[in-house]
Amino acid sequence: MFRNQYDTDVTTWSPAGRLFQVEYAMEAVKQGSAAIGLRSKTHVVLACVNKSTSELSSHQKKIFKVDDHIGVSIAGLTADGRVLSRYMRNECINYSYTYESPLPVGRLVVQLADKAQVCTQRSWKRPYGVGLLVGGLDESGAHLYYNCPSGNYFEYQAFAIGSRSQAAKTYLERKFETFTDSSRDNLVKDALFALRETLQGERLTSSVCTIAVVGVGEAFHILDQETVQGLINEFEIVGEEPAPADETAAPDQGSSAAAQGPSEDVAPMDI
Amino acid sequence: VTNSAPSMINLIGSESDSQRTLYPYVTGTSVVGIKYKDGILLAADMGGSYGSTLRYKTVERLKTVGKHSIIGASGEISDFQEIMRNLDELILYDNMWDDGNSLGPKEVHNYLTRMMYNRRNKFNPLWNSLVLGGVKNGQKYLGTVSMIGVHYEDNHVATGFGNHLARPLLRDEWHADMTFEEGVKLLEKCMRVLLYRDRSAVNKLQIAKITEEGVTISQPYALKTFWNFSAFQNPTAGAEGSW
Repeated sequence: MFRNQYDTDVTTWSPAGRLFQVEYAMEAVKQGSAAIGLRSKTHVVLACVNKSTSELSSHQKKIFKVDDHIGVSIAGLTADGRVLSRYMRNECINYSYTYESPLPVGRLVVQLADKAQVCTQRSWKRPYGVGLLVGGLDESGAHLYYNCPSGNYFEYQAFAIGSRSQAAKTYLERKFETFTDSSRDNLVKDALFALRETLQGERLTSSVCTIAVVGVGEAFHILDQETVQGLINEFEIVGEEPAPADETAAPDQGSSAAAQGPSEDVAPMDI
Repeated sequence: VTNSAPSMINLIGSESDSQRTLYPYVTGTSVVGIKYKDGILLAADMGGSYGSTLRYKTVERLKTVGKHSIIGASGEISDFQEIMRNLDELILYDNMWDDGNSLGPKEVHNYLTRMMYNRRNKFNPLWNSLVLGGVKNGQKYLGTVSMIGVHYEDNHVATGFGNHLARPLLRDEWHADMTFEEGVKLLEKCMRVLLYRDRSAVNKLQIAKITEEGVTISQPYALKTFWNFSAFQNPTAGAEGSW
């Protein structure tokens, strides 16, 4: 993308009908480190790459528990993500207090999307620079949503966001049809495989990634380092998945959005 | 801190009393509810008393709330109408999500509890005792909320006089998985006792049934009463000064 005279304000349309500030916000998501989500009928697994800036510092927190039945992983401006997680936790707790019942994920996601939309229509605000993968349970089972800075949200069987997420998406596209009936452990395994794809050759260890699970009868929780390392060791011994073939990504199946960078004529948020 | 400080104005002083509820005017009497095999049964008469006058005789005190719940109210009728406005709006917004999720009886009961308790905290209560029953996804739910926010669930609940006259009967005779006929018979027994002994009771009642399939509120009907007790035959026999 190049600078142009319509990109200063979020409230300025371009002649082609685009809001460049919103698109730039979505760029910020692409620059963040990868986050992946997959779901079966009963479970959702969230995984993310956790790189620290130096050996001396701790890792950025990119997965947040929102309630016992909802969790979120983020990519992009993590500070924005933290603030939105606080909002989500607040909404959940208020709903629980009033109705003695968990807030359905679908409704939380719409509220979140409406909040993001406000920032695309106020001259004194800027869009949130974070993409959220929201995984949770409600009456109709397990759900995975992706919330965009544009205020759009989509439901997914599996999705990946952040840098080098295309590699993960390619892997997920090959396997997503098996996810609905997958067991919880296989789902975690697939998450780790997908995560490994984004590391492009770098060694996958529990110190560079974080995994979280939520499911029917299983409250949202982040797996501890030991468990994760154990799982990684398991599948490395068993044998690796065949390297992803160089096939072109299957035509839009809903699990990959804007595979190539935004072209000059189609606004990514419209896909 | 004087009595004219903004926070005190609504609490004390006869001028500010016009802003809050002091006593009820048109009231309904007991509501009785039980769980049975297929769902919940609620019973209430159709009386609206104006103090000791049995003034209104077609007051519907049992209403549906969304797809999964029914509510029965005793106490101030105008406050019940206000509560129904709130609940109808709540259900409307719930339906407007159009997303496959819906508020069940537990959620509605809790919402009512919050509403009643918050009003009580402002010294301006909704002067009602409510019974909330329903079925969702096979789960039966029956609860009650009072005007001060006391709330609980049970297999059988009642309001007002029903607590004193009906609950003991229910404690003895209620059992799990009663049939519809058994349930109605038991409720009618309770309502009959209330009719004999509660001065605000009228002999015109409705029974509401809710199951997974839906809600039915019966047409109003009257109970048979029995007065041929031998002691009534010759009431003055053996009285002081008689022969």
